[in-house]
Amino acid sequence: MSALIETSYFATAVLFILGLKRMSHPTTARSGVIWAGIGMGLATLVTFLHPEIRGQYGLMLLAILIGGGVAWWSAKRVAMTDMPQMIAIYNGMGGGAAGGIAAVELMRVAGDPSLIESHGHLALWLGVLGALIGSVAFSGSVVAWAKLDGRMKKAVRFANQQQITLAVLVAAVLLGIWVAAATPGIFVLLIFFLLALAFGVMVALPIGGADMPVVISLFNALTGLAVAMEGFVLDNAAMIIAGTVVGAAGSLLTLLMAKAMNRSLINILFKQFGPVSEEATEIEGSIKDVGTMDAAVQMAYADRVIIVPGYGLAVAQAQHKLWEMVELLQERGIEVSFAIHPVAGRMPGHMNVLLAEAGVPYDMIFDLEEINNDFETADVALVIGANDVVNPVAKTDPDSPLYGMPVLNVDEAKNVLVVKRGQGTGFSGVENHLFYRDNARMVYGDGQKVITEMIASIKTL
Amino acid sequence: MIEGLSALYILMLAGFVGYEVISRVPVILHTPLMSGSNFVHGIVVVGAMVALGQAETFGEQLIGFIAVVLGAGNAVGGYVVTERMLEMFKSSDKRQGKESNDKAKALKEAAKGGKV
Repeated sequence: MSALIETSYFATAVLFILGLKRMSHPTTARSGVIWAGIGMGLATLVTFLHPEIRGQYGLMLLAILIGGGVAWWSAKRVAMTDMPQMIAIYNGMGGGAAGGIAAVELMRVAGDPSLIESHGHLALWLGVLGALIGSVAFSGSVVAWAKLDGRMKKAVRFANQQQITLAVLVAAVLLGIWVAAATPGIFVLLIFFLLALAFGVMVALPIGGADMPVVISLFNALTGLAVAMEGFVLDNAAMIIAGTVVGAAGSLLTLLMAKAMNRSLINILFKQFGPVSEEATEIEGSIKDVGTMDAAVQMAYADRVIIVPGYGLAVAQAQHKLWEMVELLQERGIEVSFAIHPVAGRMPGHMNVLLAEAGVPYDMIFDLEEINNDFETADVALVIGANDVVNPVAKTDPDSPLYGMPVLNVDEAKNVLVVKRGQGTGFSGVENHLFYRDNARMVYGDGQKVITEMIASIKTL
Repeated sequence: MIEGLSALYILMLAGFVGYEVISRVPVILHTPLMSGSNFVHGIVVVGAMVALGQAETFGEQLIGFIAVVLGAGNAVGGYVVTERMLEMFKSSDKRQGKESNDKAKALKEAAKGGKV
């Protein structure tokens, strides 16, 4: 490989790592992605000079224009609330590309077994492993995308699902071993890929709404690993480094997300929330509702307001209105902050993105650990579209499925206002004891409508 | 050519780098970072180009072509989405702060003008 290409790949790896590092702080984050982008452009350009490429330059350029063009167009248009599914689909594309590389290389080996000697047996095994992982990430991500985009029923379950899933995996692995050990030809190769793709679909099928981000993050890590594996096959250091960094980072991110939901990864993948047991404890108190005018008065005469937004806020597209109201409150000299639960929204940090889109500066937004002790000093805690993440049973009732999940201590505020579309439980199906507390008042209605009314009321005060 | 063992060293060190980089990231950046790492594995497009360049039969070329399309989609889509998200992160100094500072400045200047 020429020195130019080697040096460029080296520079790309450095740019990727520095870019990811810079992405770890809000002020440098944007320059981080630009650095990584420069690395990507450099690597792509010099690859046209790669000595192992023997032709098809036209096809290559065409493919880049098609893939890049469609992705550019779709990524520019997507709304911020739809970000998770876009990440899923682009990730699936990466997995598919890794699987495709493996397919081409394995087909070449099947046609000319002498290639194994030049590649080495290790590369063959890693190539097959990468093929398996990449295909799973591809088909799984496509299912995840279809679900988040509302094109598919949320969770599909059928009899003996786990056994069938396991059987598909075992069959895929066995065929993979056969492919790597004996290079049995195109037909077996085809079946191997089909089984790997089927396994990805089977993994993603039973996963429901709130668990989806964890699974997307897992597929993201898997794609990284598959890319690293194919990097071995092609002897490409940039792919090995970038793929491994993403594999490790993605795995850690996946575990952090699972931990924030107080569930293990195994639990998310293979067990669903069982039917919720009958309420063991009588709920004390009753649910009391209040009109938007009274709610607005409470906030307008408070000294400190903490807002707890949830996915319901994003669904109602109310974040812009909410920020308008916060600005009004700030003009009245009220201290307002936002408290974000780690799994608020559809991904960790998703809520921050949505608030940022509405213009909320990030230094008004606080993590659970940062703000949880401040609720006792707050006059009003305003909960909008969040439910399970403020349920006090997670702290008090060991029998609850939510028990042990860190929750925001909203109940410690002097007054709690809960904006909600109607009575009903959150994703977990667990009754929320917060709503029955003496200091809690419900404001029923669509988030955007309620906040618009509150704004009008505050203006009259 | 990367020899077997040095490839393992690369793998190990890159793994630690990935772990370290992520473990210090505030929660608010988790989604952009997931998107950013999603972009980074778009480097797969480079490998797909090499695979297409080596393809000989029609079948190999077809799959190689699809791989490049998908890889390019991963890289470009990942970049645009990440960039769009990060563009929105601004501190209050930059956004309102600046405005109110400007207002304050204007007031000061007006006051000065009044005195002079």
